[in-house]
Amino acid sequence: MRAAVLLFPGLNREGDAMRALEQASGVKPILVWHAEHDLPAGTDLVVVPGGFSYGDYLRCGAIAGRANIMNAVRTHAERGGLVLGICNGFQILCESGLLPGVLMRNKDLKFVCRMQHLRVERNDTPFTNRYSRQQIIKVCVAHGEGNYVADPETIARLEGEGRVAFRYSDFNGNIGGEANCNGSINDIAGVYSERMNVLGMMPHPENLIDPMMGGIDGRGLFESLVRAPARAA
Amino acid sequence: MLLKEPEITPALVAEHGLKPDEYARILALIGRTPSFTELGIFSAMWNEHCSYKSSRLHLRKLPTKAPWVIQGPGENAGVIDIGDGLACVFKMESHNHPSFIEPYQGAATGVGGILRDVFTMGARPVACLNLLRFGSPEHARTRHLVSGVVSGIGGYGNSFGVPTVGGSVNFHTRYDGNILVNAMAVGIAKTDEIFYAKATGIGRPIVYLGSKTGRDGIHGATMASAAFEANAEEKRPTVQVGDPFSEKLLLEASLEIMAKGCVVAIQDMGAAGLTSSAVEMGAKGDLGIELDLDKVPCRETGMTAYEMMLSESQERMLMVLWPEKEAEAEAIFRKWGLDFAIIGKTTDTLRFVVKHQGEIKVDLPIKELGDEAPLYDRPHVSTPPQPVLTPESIQPPVSNATALLQLIGSPDMCSKRWVWEQYDHLILGNTVQRPGGDAAVIRIGDGPKGLALCTDVTQRYCEADPVQGGRQAVAEAWRNITATGATPLALTDNLNFGNPERPEIMGQFVDCVRGIGEAASALDFPIVSGNVSLYNETQGRGILPTPSIGGVGLIDDVAKSIGIAFAREGDAIILVGDTTGWLGQSMYLWQVCGREEGAPPPVDLVAERRNGDNVRALILSGHLNACHDLSDGGLATALAEMAMAGCMGAKIDAAPAGVPAHAYWFGEDQARYLVTCAPQDAQGVLDALAGAGAPAAKIGTTGGDALQLGAETPISIAELASSHEGWLPTFMRGEAVIQKE
Repeated sequence: MRAAVLLFPGLNREGDAMRALEQASGVKPILVWHAEHDLPAGTDLVVVPGGFSYGDYLRCGAIAGRANIMNAVRTHAERGGLVLGICNGFQILCESGLLPGVLMRNKDLKFVCRMQHLRVERNDTPFTNRYSRQQIIKVCVAHGEGNYVADPETIARLEGEGRVAFRYSDFNGNIGGEANCNGSINDIAGVYSERMNVLGMMPHPENLIDPMMGGIDGRGLFESLVRAPARAA
Repeated sequence: MLLKEPEITPALVAEHGLKPDEYARILALIGRTPSFTELGIFSAMWNEHCSYKSSRLHLRKLPTKAPWVIQGPGENAGVIDIGDGLACVFKMESHNHPSFIEPYQGAATGVGGILRDVFTMGARPVACLNLLRFGSPEHARTRHLVSGVVSGIGGYGNSFGVPTVGGSVNFHTRYDGNILVNAMAVGIAKTDEIFYAKATGIGRPIVYLGSKTGRDGIHGATMASAAFEANAEEKRPTVQVGDPFSEKLLLEASLEIMAKGCVVAIQDMGAAGLTSSAVEMGAKGDLGIELDLDKVPCRETGMTAYEMMLSESQERMLMVLWPEKEAEAEAIFRKWGLDFAIIGKTTDTLRFVVKHQGEIKVDLPIKELGDEAPLYDRPHVSTPPQPVLTPESIQPPVSNATALLQLIGSPDMCSKRWVWEQYDHLILGNTVQRPGGDAAVIRIGDGPKGLALCTDVTQRYCEADPVQGGRQAVAEAWRNITATGATPLALTDNLNFGNPERPEIMGQFVDCVRGIGEAASALDFPIVSGNVSLYNETQGRGILPTPSIGGVGLIDDVAKSIGIAFAREGDAIILVGDTTGWLGQSMYLWQVCGREEGAPPPVDLVAERRNGDNVRALILSGHLNACHDLSDGGLATALAEMAMAGCMGAKIDAAPAGVPAHAYWFGEDQARYLVTCAPQDAQGVLDALAGAGAPAAKIGTTGGDALQLGAETPISIAELASSHEGWLPTFMRGEAVIQKE
């Protein structure tokens, strides 16, 4: 698997994403600067990592979503190539039109960093084939604006098409309530594109890849991608 | 058009915080009346914050050397060798005054400033910590300040991309008018790629990097050198505004040009901005500096020389570059979208010359600006000794079980989850021991080595007995690091006190420094960097003396580190160290009995060393499953914390004969640890400790879902957690003012 990790000024979890990708695939991903117009030839997977692109002084991800490189990412996705956006990366994918909806400020208006359980809604996608359906995994969250919002029609469509990737849950698999760390509609922690080749998620699987740092449940996502057939033209 | 500069009058001199004798010293030094800009420069360089004029004499006595110390105090940050060609670069600094006036920006720029100190030396920051002191929870302003400071620290560190892994938050009415915001940053560099402020070579370009200069923060350092009167609000314009995005770019660009070998010398623009950074680079290198202010990137028009020289706009750096690498360095800075301007050169004149619009605004002897700053041996009187309180003189007002619930739910002892969940403590994926334990442990890169980090001080001990309080602050930091299995290597201090012109305050300072020095020597725990914050006083009332200690330790393999949580059912619980039941100045006496009295527990440094070294050896040899140092709240509190962290109860034997039960459970004798091990290992652990002369006794067994102290009513883990986790979120739900920008 050839992975390209995008770097916008202000992102800060690119190293964490690269470490997780390399651990799963044995191949060092290529870092791609935002001002580039093209992705490296043969890219299977584009990862937009977390951080605060352009300081997030404007709406989160709004500036990065309009950067040069995002045209290439859109083309890559249209061809069926895989795209993963984590945290600020999810916000950037929403802003660039690759995914529906928007991430608003957390319901209690505070940044939240904590360990977080998720329910894996389906395991027949390139991102989750190493998990079992409805598996409860422990990852972490670290964001101030992760409150997923979309209009009722969009939410109904996402739910109807099975495009909710993860939901916030507690240790026992109970969805929502206190487990919903930011107020997202339907406890949505991640969503897929129509063709299931683009995933945006607020939590950080890339920080849960080592037993000493709290667990290894995040590895499954990167190992799934390694196993996924390359679909880019 | 130039505005006419104000005439130098005694009133203007006084407004600049310069005393008449200090002004006379200026006249003698330069042989003429200074220009307005020169007066501003003297005011910036000779204030307490920059010159350490009240503290220098005493700080010199601190132990600062060890074979592993690469750089002690005097540079941007301290540097220690951690093996494998790597160095740890760290420092703690205060942003007390600004944070009281504008808590979000004050705290944010405090974090920004200390991060810059660390990466200026060529280190990539890997962790931040902090030590916060707020006024009484009942004070009308406290909630607003907590909310603003915490979101400011998070707002800066989270965006910059460094994990904030530890800290300390306390409340006391003596901080009502002067809160403390002490921020610590820790970075990793290669030992052969550390950068210093000392300029070399004549005629080399001086380069300005980073954000543009504005009118913000003018005289910030002077503000930090005076006590607050009733009009603190009026000082809001002297608080700077932080931009973590620019800082992140500055970090990446600076490290990139350092790696490319472009940099001769580098100094960040912190307190007193361009003035202090330029003077320091020249003075350290025995060179003159000439600046042309027309070249300085400004974000406002019409800025005067005075304003540019004293601005404390954030996220700026000054460098001397190798001339042949100038173009390469400029390209890197442009790539990151940062300003890059050559604003002057080094000279052989030993003069600090500043030109603006064709006029020479400043022409001063550069060495004397720093070296000839006033040095005061201020009169000081020691705090009178407080009476030693016997346990029998303190009647328990409630049962010990009730007292424990009260204590762990009190403002100082309660869980600070509400605070640290607002800090990204997981970024970089190396956080082994997360906030909430004794010290944080982070892995260095891909390991296996790691650093243990903590911040500590017990200000009520320092108030009652500054020498013992100073010793205890160092000893507790050393203990916290030891309890993870790491070896303490060095510390940074942030000495927060009231007005040094009052002999009793100066006495607190002198004696705390003495205590710190004694403990640092005895524990081989040298001071490699630090900061002094005086004049923490409002309308004549000073803060509790608060010499914050930031400790750094090293562990060869993070997999060997252990935490405070009870790990396995049926483990033996062993108490290491002597327990006499010392209740003077204890948390129990204050929070349960409502008395702040007596002498604090004495710190026996020989016992500290012996007990700690032996506990650490047992951890590293894999014999222990959990370890916690005993401090505020004593034995019962430590047991409760271990039980809550592990979601596991314990049954503890009754207090031994000779120590009243309440004194046994809540006394704060020093040099103590609680450790757990498998039952079959208990005798071996006890024998090892006894053989080394460290007092130790098995006091109970882990297991169940309640903590039972002797014959006291058992308390369920759920009940403990409900008290411990409850106070802070409940307090903050009141009428919290949430600010973002």
